[in-house]
Amino acid sequence: MGVEQNLPPVLVTNLEKLVNWARKNSIWPATFGLACCALEMMVTSSSHYDIARFGAEVFRPSPRQSDLMIVAGTLTQKMAGPVERIYRQMPDPKWVIAYGTCACSGGIFNTYNTVQGVDQIIPVDVYVPGCPPRPEALLAAIIKLQAKISTEKFSDRPDAAARLTA
Amino acid sequence: MAETRNMIVNMGPQHPATHGVLRVVLELDGEIVVKATPHLGHLHRGLEKLAEVKTYHQALTLTDRMDYTGALINNLGYTLAVEKLLGIEDQIPARATVLRVMLAELQRLAGHLLWLATHALDLGAMTVLFYAFRERETIHDLLEDVTGARLTPSFIRVGGLPQDAPPSFFEKTRAFLKDFPRRIDQYEGLLTKNKIWRQRTQGVGILSQEDCVSFALTGPVLRAIGVKWDVRKAQPYCGYETYDFEIPTGTVGDVYERYLVRLAEMRQSLRIIEQALARLPEGPVMLDDPRFTPPPRQAVGEHIEALIRQFKLMSAGFKVPEGDVYLSVEATKGELGYYLVSDGSEKPLRFRVRPPCFVNLQSLEKMIVGRLVADVVAVIGSLDIVLGEIDR
Amino acid sequence: MSECQNLVDRLTARFGDAILGAGEFRGQWSVRIAPGSVVEIARFCRDELGFEMLADLTAVDFTPRSPRFQVVYNLYSFAHNLRLRLKADLEEGESVGTVEGVWLAANWLEREVYDLFGIVFDDHSDLRRILLWDGYVGHPLRKDFPLHGVPQKVQYR
Repeated sequence: MGVEQNLPPVLVTNLEKLVNWARKNSIWPATFGLACCALEMMVTSSSHYDIARFGAEVFRPSPRQSDLMIVAGTLTQKMAGPVERIYRQMPDPKWVIAYGTCACSGGIFNTYNTVQGVDQIIPVDVYVPGCPPRPEALLAAIIKLQAKISTEKFSDRPDAAARLTA
Repeated sequence: MAETRNMIVNMGPQHPATHGVLRVVLELDGEIVVKATPHLGHLHRGLEKLAEVKTYHQALTLTDRMDYTGALINNLGYTLAVEKLLGIEDQIPARATVLRVMLAELQRLAGHLLWLATHALDLGAMTVLFYAFRERETIHDLLEDVTGARLTPSFIRVGGLPQDAPPSFFEKTRAFLKDFPRRIDQYEGLLTKNKIWRQRTQGVGILSQEDCVSFALTGPVLRAIGVKWDVRKAQPYCGYETYDFEIPTGTVGDVYERYLVRLAEMRQSLRIIEQALARLPEGPVMLDDPRFTPPPRQAVGEHIEALIRQFKLMSAGFKVPEGDVYLSVEATKGELGYYLVSDGSEKPLRFRVRPPCFVNLQSLEKMIVGRLVADVVAVIGSLDIVLGEIDR
Repeated sequence: MSECQNLVDRLTARFGDAILGAGEFRGQWSVRIAPGSVVEIARFCRDELGFEMLADLTAVDFTPRSPRFQVVYNLYSFAHNLRLRLKADLEEGESVGTVEGVWLAANWLEREVYDLFGIVFDDHSDLRRILLWDGYVGHPLRKDFPLHGVPQKVQYR
């Protein structure tokens, strides 16, 4: 698109930066909505807000092909097991955005069947409060996550299974 | 001869075509569905229990989060039920009633657009999603103008509306009404005569009329089979009997006709909004009754009496006479009913929602047994389910 | 005399003792019926009175009142465009007949009531929990069930 002509023929970087650069610009989220917030997630991915600008438009139906889990909505006791399993099925490296107050802390649903925050089940990278948060908030979360990814070191990221059992 | 066994396929709770966390266990003989068992409750948040510890005013926020594609209609149904319980349903200011109708119909459009987008996406027509979400954003901008929220406004309150709509809302709505019929034509252009769409949807998911009634199906699913029944016409609320609109119906009741009925309904909603805009009276939007409604916001800052009234109402709530009412409205999915039982205190003794999706989903098995596995996705899409409402 | 009262009178004339009372509140008619004859009354309502649709079936826990529970049937008639409520009072541990054979819609609705209130419907074809899972302790919508739940031995996996 014209950028190529302006680049010097040789670029010098280190492998870590290169890999992080590639990872942060091609986040593939899992198609995974739990409740109300999932609608705003869909809106973010469609025409008006266009998540493709951040390289994260490839929503994957299978956790095996995705590396970002956007937990959008209330997590119930009944759903906790499947969510944990889906998280384990995702290949490393993987990240989690807790989207919405319910996913962050249980929100208004402090009842017998809700898990008070998805971080009780799986590790969370970015929390997005709001009931539901606006689509812009999800985009901001993705930018935050990209910033986080770009500073990651290979040595910092133990494999996810170890993190879960720790 | 080799022994053959049926295959069990687990669909969901995480599945791109289940519209939420629905789990359906399918037993397949080759490609034919032999048995389908839906498993619910993956989004059971204990909403009905939670409402019992909230005042009538607070419980309103919970209704948004049931059918989150039609939050304002949920608000409306709940509010009307409480107003009926209080016996003040005739005292609601006229302007509030007309605005309620406008908001509800805009919400219906948004709900149907979401259904259209996801249903088409399930069946592989991705373009429709981008078209439909474009207009859905416009509607959400309109709703945000009035309510201040996109998805969960909690805006229709007991006694009327908390505030009037800004003048810009009416201008924008007029522009939207002018533009939108053309957009519906676009969706129809994409799907109605589309060969693939017709092959996937025609003749799929048919139930007999007796079964439909016995299953208590309501909404577009019932109308598609030719039963001309809509709560807005049969048992009108908010003055729907004074609006001129039609109930679109089908004849066969397959997935395709449900699609046609919903599209036709969108055009009727536009007519209702147009009439509401034309007749919108001037006046207050909130009933001024110290027992149930907060004082005008302006007064709270100026008079101690108003401040006390506001504080008392918001913290303690209002007492509701002992008794029970069942009130239903036409949601985007069908008959949304609220059954409220009051013991005379500030909190409902029982807060029961008659969820149209829950009742409609029950017919799923009967619709898909003996059909191809690909039809399951089409039928689930055509029922237009929302798990927040099914599981509550 | 309203049309609904006519129907209620016909119901009373037909079942007599099984009708424990009828009343109107805010223009809506409710009939209290004996739990033992729910199924016959339901069938009569559908076949003779024209209530083809069971719009809703639910229950209410009136603790500390005795009898504790009330099963509520919200009926709708397309022909008359009328709604009618049937209410059957139940003591704890008492069961009531299923109306699944009268209206197909009752199947899941009764399962939900069983799940959340623990009310048993006799002869129901598939009386399992519907929202919570098998092995769940307690019935959440009972008044003595705490809002935040009780510890569960069996977790859903």
